[in-house]
Amino acid sequence: MKKIIIFLAAVLLFGISLARAADNTQLPAGLYNMPINNPIDELVLARLKNLSIPLSELCSDEVFLRRVYLDVLGTLPRPEEVRLFLADRGPAKRSRLIDELLEREEYSDYWAMKWGDLLRVKSEFPSNLWPNAVQAYHRWIKKSLKDNLPYDQFARALLTSSGSNFREPPVNFYRVVPRHDPEKTAEFATLVFLGARAQKWTPEQCLAMAAFFTRIDYKKTGEWKEEIVYYNPAGQLSNPATVQPQQPGVLGEKIEIPPDTDPRVVFADWLTTPDNPYFSRNIVNRVWYWLLGKGIVEEADDIRPDNPPQNPELLDWLAQELVTHKYDLKHIYRLILNSTTYQLSSVPNQYNAADEVNFSHYRVRRLDAEVLIDALCRITGTGETYFSRIPEPFTFIPPQQPAITLADGSIDSSFLALFGRPARATGYLSERNNESSATQRLHLLNSTHIQNKIYRSQFMRRMVKTNQDDGQLIKLIYVLVLSRLPEDAEYAAAREYARNSGLNRDEATGDLMWALINTKEFMFRH
Amino acid sequence: MDEQYNSGIPNKTRRDLRRCVIFGATALMLFNWPGSSAQADPKPARAKSVIQIWLWGGLSQLDTFDPKPEAGHDYCGPLNKTIATNVPGIRIGQKLPLLAQQADKYSVIRSMTHGISSHETAAYAVQTGHMPDDGPVYPSVGAVVSLYKGYDAGYTGMLPPYITITESQGRFPESGFLGWRYSPFCTGGDPNKTPFLVEGIVAAGISAQRQNERRALLHNLDTLGRKMSDNPQFKKMDEYENKAYELILGDEGKVFDLSTEDSDLRDKYGRNTFGQSCLLARRLVERGVPFITINYKGWDTHKQHFQTMNKMLPELDNGLAALLQDLSDRGLLDTTIVWCGGEFGHTPKIDWEAPWNGGRGHWGDVFSIIVAGGGFQGGRVVGASNEKGMAVKERPVYPWDLTGSIYELMGIDPDGFLPHPEGLKLRLTPGPGEAKSGGRLKEIMK
Repeated sequence: MKKIIIFLAAVLLFGISLARAADNTQLPAGLYNMPINNPIDELVLARLKNLSIPLSELCSDEVFLRRVYLDVLGTLPRPEEVRLFLADRGPAKRSRLIDELLEREEYSDYWAMKWGDLLRVKSEFPSNLWPNAVQAYHRWIKKSLKDNLPYDQFARALLTSSGSNFREPPVNFYRVVPRHDPEKTAEFATLVFLGARAQKWTPEQCLAMAAFFTRIDYKKTGEWKEEIVYYNPAGQLSNPATVQPQQPGVLGEKIEIPPDTDPRVVFADWLTTPDNPYFSRNIVNRVWYWLLGKGIVEEADDIRPDNPPQNPELLDWLAQELVTHKYDLKHIYRLILNSTTYQLSSVPNQYNAADEVNFSHYRVRRLDAEVLIDALCRITGTGETYFSRIPEPFTFIPPQQPAITLADGSIDSSFLALFGRPARATGYLSERNNESSATQRLHLLNSTHIQNKIYRSQFMRRMVKTNQDDGQLIKLIYVLVLSRLPEDAEYAAAREYARNSGLNRDEATGDLMWALINTKEFMFRH
Repeated sequence: MDEQYNSGIPNKTRRDLRRCVIFGATALMLFNWPGSSAQADPKPARAKSVIQIWLWGGLSQLDTFDPKPEAGHDYCGPLNKTIATNVPGIRIGQKLPLLAQQADKYSVIRSMTHGISSHETAAYAVQTGHMPDDGPVYPSVGAVVSLYKGYDAGYTGMLPPYITITESQGRFPESGFLGWRYSPFCTGGDPNKTPFLVEGIVAAGISAQRQNERRALLHNLDTLGRKMSDNPQFKKMDEYENKAYELILGDEGKVFDLSTEDSDLRDKYGRNTFGQSCLLARRLVERGVPFITINYKGWDTHKQHFQTMNKMLPELDNGLAALLQDLSDRGLLDTTIVWCGGEFGHTPKIDWEAPWNGGRGHWGDVFSIIVAGGGFQGGRVVGASNEKGMAVKERPVYPWDLTGSIYELMGIDPDGFLPHPEGLKLRLTPGPGEAKSGGRLKEIMK
């Protein structure tokens, strides 16, 4: 049913874009003016021209700064970072900032969080990695990102490692599926490395894929919760139809396993061959989704022949770039972030508001739960309490520790649950829910949790005390919360509130901060 | 780890089943199975609301509803006496004198079983009515009721359709594959405090006038929101904001103000968090909220077991007895299911040695719960455990037998299918042959 609706909606949208194409033959020519920063822009623009969908404007420096911090670091820029960037009159300052951010510590924190969602890094339920292994696994993922380990090597480590879950962290890849069923393991590997749902394949294809994962075995050691993952040549899967050993294969292609060879290695070889398009297309599409909120194939982790990319040339070009740059993921980030496409305003014009999939404007998305709480903590100078219900040695989380750095999906808070942090139960992108809800709205507008953060903030009180001029204070709050100075009308409204509300300066400033936190500009990437 | 799953379904059967699911999934999506629409022909609802009193850590059955005074000191410890109830022939533990006087209103199930002894997997089994395995994560009963009795089903209340007092139980994702729209609203705060600060609804020290002025300031400063007022996500935010203020400033939110209740009645419930949570639950039922969980912590008693029982059982006795009486006095018990229990029971044989020094561990082989109201008869005992309370003696009741019975009384077809994002056909309760079953609780359903 849902599929039918989506299909009808697609037909309808297509119809609308056709109708618009007919209407807009007289579009002002300037609407397609776009600085071409790299081939991404050529390919996106070609598509948009084809569909007669004009672009939005280039976003302002203020918007770009906030956007790129949130998208690359999951963290707000600090006021001094805002001032420095806005004051910089040098050429290519956006490019320089991108390079700088990709080297920051928060880059690996934030992306380890995203990879933790996909790899389902969590102590318990439904996966059962347990705390020690989770910490080791998370450290390994973070370090791989920090060192920019080439993506093919990253994949190979996850797929082919053997050893202790504590000492050889990537083996935890195979401990996520609770009862180590080869077919479930195959589904997981398919999702992670091919961006596809094996559940939608034929039973034969599923079985062939599962045959790669039949010679993995597990044993306990004397140490509590330690587990060794190793190659056991005896394992095999028989095909229930033929009652013969099942031959491995991917997507209809049969693959021979030489004698005495770990089939996982054969699979990794197949996967990371430079001319394997499935592997590179999947990851560039995923990165695109992460940065722009929609995949070139959408849903971004449901790649299959009957769900084609809306811009195949763009997908192929990015995939090729990844391969020719030796699987350097930061190269792909850099290409996307430097493109004009990424730097377009989120404010649509009268012609492109309906466009959801062609990247004519930047897509607004509510901040991730972790990013949102970190931002709230940052601007109020407060901390958070996180807890795990599992008796584990890592439950003391210092209050100032950002949520994006939490290693374990089982370490939680009610805020994170309320704002749609993924349960890491499936690894699907859709598990992270950035939709809004009425209870979230209640929470930000009126909860004791948020009230205390704002109105009991020592940090804010100090700021009020050291800035006796109301005008100056308003500007400070704006830069702190929204990473920009107020517009004239905003400034006037805030001043009037400070003057006429009858509240003392602490309270009135608290109300200003409360109001800004509750604007869409604060809550959304934009 | 694996042994704990064995008592549900034999390993072999489960593997076969899984295989069926894998091979069947594609086929199922192509064929419209007869009876596949979830709510084809539900029986009329007897119950309108459910109050789930969740004893986090599990209720110790031998000390409460399944006493075994004959089993001796190693099993009973200091709690070795039973008391008569107002139903001839039913005796319960000595620490529950008030509940003894309400026994005609509830039935005791002494043969709950699933065989799991880990908190998270046992909680999952009891709250979802499905055994944990490596398949999809099912939603809890509360989330399912929220789906079929909440906003999608014409519920129009301002209060969320599934409310948890005060914190989520949080050991597994409660809404499962249904998605978080069906997760509970957690009140936070402490209903035994004045004011009871309900997250988002009641904030201390902000007057209605200031709420309005502050809100006007927010609208003045929502510059991006105005520039993109047609954005569908932004429109939703505005809609939710309006709803939120109706709760913050309107009358519906006053349901959380317990100070308007009669002081003697409040005393009866017990002036503690649990007692006042029970009182709040009744008020929410009066407002038509279909599912309420009271998440009552502190029942995981590996150590200091009897000291804890001496403190907790009187609290439970007060609050639950007052709730049953009050619901009954107001004519609400007939349409309100109250069930009370935890993820498992406790080890019948006491651990006297260090470091436990008189503690009880986890016991999933057999444990007790009580059910009342909403079409469940009172004054009955279902099933029995064996001599020392170690195993089921007769009439096993599996978690899905319980959840299926609750669904049935709520007018939700337990044999229907849940909507799954990938289109998998997944039943509300395991189908015939998919899991051992003692059958739904027909013997106590009116």
